[in-house]
Amino acid sequence: MIPGEFQYFAPTTVDEAVSLLQQHGEDAKLLGGGHSLLPAMKLRLTTPAVLIDVTKISDIKGVSVNGSVTVGGGATYHAVASNDAVRSACGVLADCVAQIGDTQVRNRGTIGGSLAHADPAADLPAVALALGATITAQGPGGARTINADDMFVEMLTTALEPNEIITSVSFPRLGAGAGAAYEKMRQPASRYAIVGVAAYVKLGSDGNVAEARVAVTGAGPKATRQDATEAAITGTNGDDAAIAAATDKAGEDMDYLGDIHASEEYRRAMVKVYTKRALAKAIAQARG
Amino acid sequence: MTTVTKMVGQSLKRREDPKLITGKGNFLDDIKLQGMSHAAILRSPYAHAKINSIDTSKAKALPGVIAIFTGDDMMDINPLPCAWQAGRVQNNANTPRALSAGKALYAGDGIAMVVAENRYIARDALDLIEVDYEPLPVVVDAKKATEAGAPQLHENAPNNICMTWDCGHKDATDAAFSSAEVTVKEQIINQRLIPTPMETRGALARYDEATGEFTVWMTSQAPHVMRLLLTAFVFGIPETKLRCISPNVGGGFGQKIFCYADMAFTMWAARKLGRPVKFVEDRSENYRSSTHGRDHITDVEIAGTKDGTITGLRIETWANLGAYLSTIAPGIPTTLYGRIATGVYKIPAAYCKVHGVYTNTAMVDAYRGAGRPEASYLIERMVDRFAAEIGMDPAEVRRKNFIQPSDFPYDNGMGLLPYDSGNYEPALDRALAMVGYADFRNEQAEARKQGKYLGLGISSYVEICGVAPSAWIGLPGEGWGAGLWESANIRVHLTGQVVVTTGSLPHGQGVETTFAQIVADELGVPYESVLIEHSDTAGTPFGYGTYGSRSLAVGGTALYKSVAKVKEKAKKIAAHMLEANPADIEYADGKAYVKGSPDQAKTLGEIALQASVAYSLPEGVEPFLDETTYYDPPNCTFPFGTHIAIVEVDGATGMVAIKRYVGVDDVGNPINPLIIDGQLHGGIAQGIAQALYEHGVYDENGQLVSGTLMDYAVPNAAMLPNYELDRTVTPSPVNPMGVKGAGEAGTIGSAQAIMNAVIDALAPFGVKHLQMPATAERVWRAMQSH
Repeated sequence: MIPGEFQYFAPTTVDEAVSLLQQHGEDAKLLGGGHSLLPAMKLRLTTPAVLIDVTKISDIKGVSVNGSVTVGGGATYHAVASNDAVRSACGVLADCVAQIGDTQVRNRGTIGGSLAHADPAADLPAVALALGATITAQGPGGARTINADDMFVEMLTTALEPNEIITSVSFPRLGAGAGAAYEKMRQPASRYAIVGVAAYVKLGSDGNVAEARVAVTGAGPKATRQDATEAAITGTNGDDAAIAAATDKAGEDMDYLGDIHASEEYRRAMVKVYTKRALAKAIAQARG
Repeated sequence: MTTVTKMVGQSLKRREDPKLITGKGNFLDDIKLQGMSHAAILRSPYAHAKINSIDTSKAKALPGVIAIFTGDDMMDINPLPCAWQAGRVQNNANTPRALSAGKALYAGDGIAMVVAENRYIARDALDLIEVDYEPLPVVVDAKKATEAGAPQLHENAPNNICMTWDCGHKDATDAAFSSAEVTVKEQIINQRLIPTPMETRGALARYDEATGEFTVWMTSQAPHVMRLLLTAFVFGIPETKLRCISPNVGGGFGQKIFCYADMAFTMWAARKLGRPVKFVEDRSENYRSSTHGRDHITDVEIAGTKDGTITGLRIETWANLGAYLSTIAPGIPTTLYGRIATGVYKIPAAYCKVHGVYTNTAMVDAYRGAGRPEASYLIERMVDRFAAEIGMDPAEVRRKNFIQPSDFPYDNGMGLLPYDSGNYEPALDRALAMVGYADFRNEQAEARKQGKYLGLGISSYVEICGVAPSAWIGLPGEGWGAGLWESANIRVHLTGQVVVTTGSLPHGQGVETTFAQIVADELGVPYESVLIEHSDTAGTPFGYGTYGSRSLAVGGTALYKSVAKVKEKAKKIAAHMLEANPADIEYADGKAYVKGSPDQAKTLGEIALQASVAYSLPEGVEPFLDETTYYDPPNCTFPFGTHIAIVEVDGATGMVAIKRYVGVDDVGNPINPLIIDGQLHGGIAQGIAQALYEHGVYDENGQLVSGTLMDYAVPNAAMLPNYELDRTVTPSPVNPMGVKGAGEAGTIGSAQAIMNAVIDALAPFGVKHLQMPATAERVWRAMQSH
C-alpha cells in the first residue's frame, strides 16, 4: 500500500494548475479528495509521476445559490450537503452527496473530482444528468461549458480535455411544480451504487408531467439517461400506472456490468425497481 | 470493620481503554529500534506456478536496498510446524516455509524478501525483481479438489486430501436413517471469511550477536507458543535464545494465533544482517496471505419422527484448508466442529465425516468461533428444515429435543468430553418472550397480505469454551501436540501492590480489567492496586495463549488458585504475628484475623511487609508472598443460549433489513457484564456479517476477487441492528468461579438466527434453504425462481 514515487504540486490558482498540467502532460494527474486516485496509486494500479493538488485553489471551492445552484469543482461533498441554501433550492443534490461514502469521504471528496473521474458507480453523475447540470471547465484556451449529457463518454472517460480543470458545476433550482429524487442500492463494501437512479420531473399547469429526465448509474460502464422512460412518463398524469409503464422501459437500451456483488441480470432488474422508486418520489415531491 | 465493595459482577469500564482510544497504545508498528531495516515481500501473482528463476540483480542495485533473499537462501531453517495434527495428518502435513522455493501454491505465496533502509525503498524494489513463472492449473473449491483430474498441490497428498476424519457412530446412524419416518437432506456451504482485525499482522526481529539471542515483537495471540515453535521447530535453537513480546494487539479473531512466515524470515534476516528487521503487512497482504476462516461444503441429512423427535444426523464435510496447513488448521473442522455437531439436542445417532483438503488458496484456520459457528449453523439450519418438513413450530421442535438439565454432565456420543452444565429451555423461553413470539406469527401473516415479507429465525446454540484439558486434547486422537493449561503468578509487594503475571494475554478482550476484578475481590484489596502483566515471554510464566474463549475459564482459574495460595500463606504469617494458632485464622476483606475476634487482625499490607522484611517468620515459611499455579482444568466449559432475529425482506430487491435482534446467553457466572455484552456485540456483528455481507471469493484462477475492503463487505454500524441482550446464569461446575467464557458466543449463535429468519420470510416463495451470505441478489433470485 505504498505508491510509486511522484512529484507533488499544490497550486493556489486555476491558471497555475492549468499551466502545470500543460507542463507535465500525461505524466500528471489532478488530485482532489484523493479517495479514488490514492488507493489506486497505493495498489500501484496507476503510477502518475506528478500530482497536482487542486484543493488549495480557493476560487473553486465556493457554493452559491442564486438563479441556480453553483458549486465549485473543488467544493467538498460535505460543503454541499451541509449548505442549507442548496438543500432548499435543490434538495436532491444535497441528499445525494450526503449519502456518498462515509464522513471521511464526504469531508475530502470533491464535486469536480467525482464528475471528472466518472466512476461507473459514482452517485453524482446520475444526478448531474437528471438535473441537466452544466459543467464549467478551464483549460489553456480559457473556460468552456459542457452539458452533463455530453460529459460521460465511456467508463472513466469524460469530455474533458487532458489539461482542463472543472472549476464549477451549475445545477438548476427546483421551483414549484418540480421534483427530483435519487434512489440507490448500495454495494455493501464500497457503498458505491450497485444501481442508482436519479429522476427529475416538472409538472405542467394541468398537473401532468411536462418534462422528465431520468438517469441511471452503477448498472453499466457509465451513467446513462433513460430516454424511453422519460418519453413514456412525459404527458401522463404521473399516477402509479403511468410510473409502472414508464418503468417498464427503463434500462432496456443500455450496457450492463456484472461483478461479485451483482450480476448484469440483477442490475437490469434493479434499474426498473429503482427507477420506479425515484420517479414516484420525484413526482410526489413535484406535487408538493 | 470496613465493608469492601465486590468488584466481580460489576460493569467496570475497561482499564485498558483510555490508552487505546486516545491513540496512546503501543502497537507493533509504533516500535522503532536503532538501525532498524524494513522488509517487503514479493508474492506470487499466480495461484499455482513453478518458479523457474528469480533475478534480483536490478532490485539489489536500487539505492537503499540492503539485501534480497529468496526461499533457497533460507533452507537452513525448517518449515513452520503444524501443531494440531488432528485426523492423523502426520504423513502429509505440508506447511509453509519462511519463503516458498521452486513453487508457489496460492496467489500471495511469499517468494522473495527485500530488506531496505525504509519501507518505500523496499516496496519499490519489489517491482524490480524479475521472476520466470510457469503457471500451473488451479483448484480453489474443496470438493472439486478431491475429484479425479484435479490439479495436485502436494505429492504426498493424493487427490489433495490432507486427512479424512470421522466421529460419532456410523452404523447406528445409517440404521436410524433407514428406519426414519422423515429425512431431510441439504447441501450447506459455510463460506470463506477473512478475519479483518483492525491492525494487520507483522513482526520485528532483533538479534544480539554477543549472546545469540533473538527478541521478536509480534502481533500474536500466543507469544509463548510462538517462542516454542520458532525455536524448537523452525530454528533448532534453545528456547532460551528467543524472547517473544506481543505489544498492544489490535484485534485478532484467531488470525493472530498462528506461527507465520514473517516471524521466521524477520528472525533469519536479522541474524544474517546484524540489523533489526521489521515487517508489517499492508491490508492487501493481510487479505491475500494471512489466514482465512470457515470454507466448508457440507452434505447433511437429518432424520426424525413426524411428531418432531430428531433421531439421526449424518454429515459429510469438505473443509478447505488452503494451500498449506496453518498452525492449528486440522483441529478446527474436526475436534471443534464434528464433536459438537449435535448442538443442544439429544440425538441418539449421529455421524460426522470430514475431509480436510488442500487448494490453491490462502490457508484456512481458526476464525472467531473456529469450527463451532460452522457446527451450530449446520444443526440449526437443519432443525429448521426438519420443522418445516413436518409442519411443526421450530421453537417447539427445539424444546422437544433439548438436552434436559438432569442429563448433565451430558455425553453427546461424538467423542467430546461431557457438556458440563446447561439449562436450555429458560434461555429459549426468555428470548421468545423478549421478541414477542406469541404475537409474531399473526403479525407475519398480516404483513404477508400486504406484500411485506417478515421472517423470524431462532438459533439455540451450545459451544465449547475454556478449551483444555491437556489429557484430552493432547491425546493422539485429538492430535494437539501439547497441553492447554494456563498459569498465573501473584506477588504481593512490600507496598501492598499486587502484581499478577499471567501466561494468558488480551488482544482486545479486557483481560486486565476482569483479572484485576477477581484478584481485588479474592484478596480484598483495592482494584486499583492490582497490576496485570502479560504478553512478554520474559517475565511471565508459560501459557498457551488467548483463543477459544479460554482466558478466563483457564487462565483466570489459574489466577484464582494462586490467590488462594497467597491467602493460605498470609494466614500462616498472620498467625505468627498475632501469636495465634494458624488453624484459628480466617481471611476476609483484605485482613487475616483470629476467628471470632476480628479486631485482632493484620492487613494484607502488614503481612506482605512482614513476609518481605522476613526477620520474623514462622518456622519453615519462606519469605515473600509469591505464588504460582499451573492449572489444567478437568473439562471444557459449554456456554449456550438462544438468539432470535426478525428480518424484513424487500420483495422487489431482495434486500434484508434486520428489525429485531434478541440474544439470551448463558456464559456461566459473569465477572464483568459490560465486557460480556461488548464481546457479544462484536461477536454477533461478525455472525451477522457472515449471514448477510462477508464473502472471501476466489475466481477460478485462484485470484482473491474480494481482496480489498472495497469488495469485502465488513459491515459498518449503520448496517447492524440494536442488540437486545439478556442472560441466564448456569454456573460451570468445572472451575471454582463457575465461569464459562464469552469471547465467541456471539459469533457462534448469530449467523443462523439471521439465515433462519431470511428463509422463514421467504416461505411464501417455497424457499427451503439459501446459502450465505444472503445478498440482495441471492434473495431476489430465490424469490424469482419459486
